[in-house]
Amino acid sequence: MMTSATCRSLGLRSGFRSGFRSLGIRLAVAAAIVLPLGVIGAHAEDMKVTIDNFTFAPAELKVKVGDTVTWINHDDIPHTVVSAGKFRSKTMDTDNDFSFTFTAAGDYKYFCSLHPHMTGMIKVE
Amino acid sequence: MSDHDHHDDGVSRRRVLECMTWAGTGVLWTISGGVPHSLGLVGSAAAAEPSGLTFLQISDSHVGFDKPANPNALGTLEEGINKIIAMPKKPSFMIHTGDITHLSKVAEFDNAERIISQAKLDVHYVPGEHDFIDEEVKLYKERYGKGTKGAGWYSFDASGVHFIGLVNVVDLKGGGLGNLGAEQLEWLENDLKGRSKSTPIVLFAHIPLWTVYPEWGWGTEDGGRALEYLKGFGSVTVLNGHIHQVMQKVEGNVTFHTARSTAFPQPAPGTAPSPGPMKVADDKLRSMLGIASVNFKLGDQRLAIIDTPLQG
Ligand SMILES: [Cu+2]
Repeated sequence: MMTSATCRSLGLRSGFRSGFRSLGIRLAVAAAIVLPLGVIGAHAEDMKVTIDNFTFAPAELKVKVGDTVTWINHDDIPHTVVSAGKFRSKTMDTDNDFSFTFTAAGDYKYFCSLHPHMTGMIKVE
Repeated sequence: MSDHDHHDDGVSRRRVLECMTWAGTGVLWTISGGVPHSLGLVGSAAAAEPSGLTFLQISDSHVGFDKPANPNALGTLEEGINKIIAMPKKPSFMIHTGDITHLSKVAEFDNAERIISQAKLDVHYVPGEHDFIDEEVKLYKERYGKGTKGAGWYSFDASGVHFIGLVNVVDLKGGGLGNLGAEQLEWLENDLKGRSKSTPIVLFAHIPLWTVYPEWGWGTEDGGRALEYLKGFGSVTVLNGHIHQVMQKVEGNVTFHTARSTAFPQPAPGTAPSPGPMKVADDKLRSMLGIASVNFKLGDQRLAIIDTPLQG
C-alpha cells in the first residue's frame, strides 16, 4: 500500500504539475470568456478532483488558501473523501460531488473511508 | 476447475497447499483429518448425500444497486433465495457476509429483509462497508446488532461447530486494508480461550481476512493476528464476501473461501482498471452470481463447500 502511494507521488514531477496548473488557468480564462457573469467577485479558483476506477485524479493537487476543491464520483460504486480531523464528505453515489474550501495552508492527506487504498493529497499554499 | 485435485498430485501432506479458483461453476472441498481434497464439480458434489450440519452463505446482495452491471439486484437476490427454498434438504441456517444494501437506505434494508425472510431460516449477519453509510450509522445495528459486541461481532455454537462473526469494515485507515482493531482482537482471543482444539471453527467476515489483492484493498490489515489465535485448532474455515467471486486457498488447517455476490460480479484481481462492478453479457450474468452451501460431517471432521451459481 505504501508502495503504490509512493509511486503515485513520484509520478507527479514538478514539470507535470506546472503543466497541469497552466492548463487549469487556461480553462479558467476560457470560462471567463464564455461566462463573464460567473466570475464576477470570484477571486478563488475552483479546482476539481475526479474519481474514476477507484482513483483520485489528480492524486495530488496544489491550491491556494481560499480555493474550493470539488470531488466528483464517476464510478458505479459510492466513495467518500475523508481527511482526518479536517473534512469528511457524505457518501457520494454515482455523479454526486463534494466541495471543501481550504482556509489554511498545509498538506491535506485524504482517503476514501470505504476503500482506504484510495488516497490523495491537497497541498494548500 | 476440475484440475484442482490435490488428492493425487503427490504434494506432501505437511506442505502448505494453495488453491485459488478465479471463477468457475464450483468446487466441492472436503477436509479429512486436516488434509484438504477437492472432490469435483458441483454436479458430482450435489450427488453426494449431505448429512450432518448444512448451512448457507449468501453475500453482497447490494439491494438498491441499479447500474448497468445489474439493473435489478433485488431480483437476483430473490432468485438466490428461491434456490435455497428449492433445496431438497432444508439447511439449518444462513449466514450473510455483508453488503446487504448498496447505500444503507431504510428502503434497501426493508427490501432485503422482505426477500431474505422468504427462506424462513435464521440469518446470522455481519456488515459490509455498504451497510454503514447512513448518516447516523445506526440502521444496521438497529436491525442486526442485538446481542453483538462493538460494531457487531459475536459468536455462537451450532451442532458442535463454533461460529464467529467478525466486523472488518469500520475505522479503516488511509492507505490500509480491512481492519478488525484491538478491541475486537482481544474479544476474539478471549472467545477462543479454553475451547477444545478439536472444535471446528467457522470465522466469517465481509472483507477477506487473508490478503487476496492489496492493490484493490482485498485483505485485512490485522487478519493475520486473528488467525494466530486459531493456531492449533484442527479445522478452521474462513468465509468472506466483498470480492464478488469464488476464491479459495488452503493453508495447513485453514480453508479460506469467498462467496459470489447475488448482485454483480467483480473482475479477477488485476484484470481490470478497478475492482468496480463488471458488466458482462446478459446471458452470462447469472453464471457469475450465486450462493454457497457448507456441510459438516461431524464424525470425520469433514467440511464441504459447494458454490452454486444462479444459473449454469
Ligand atoms: Cu471508495
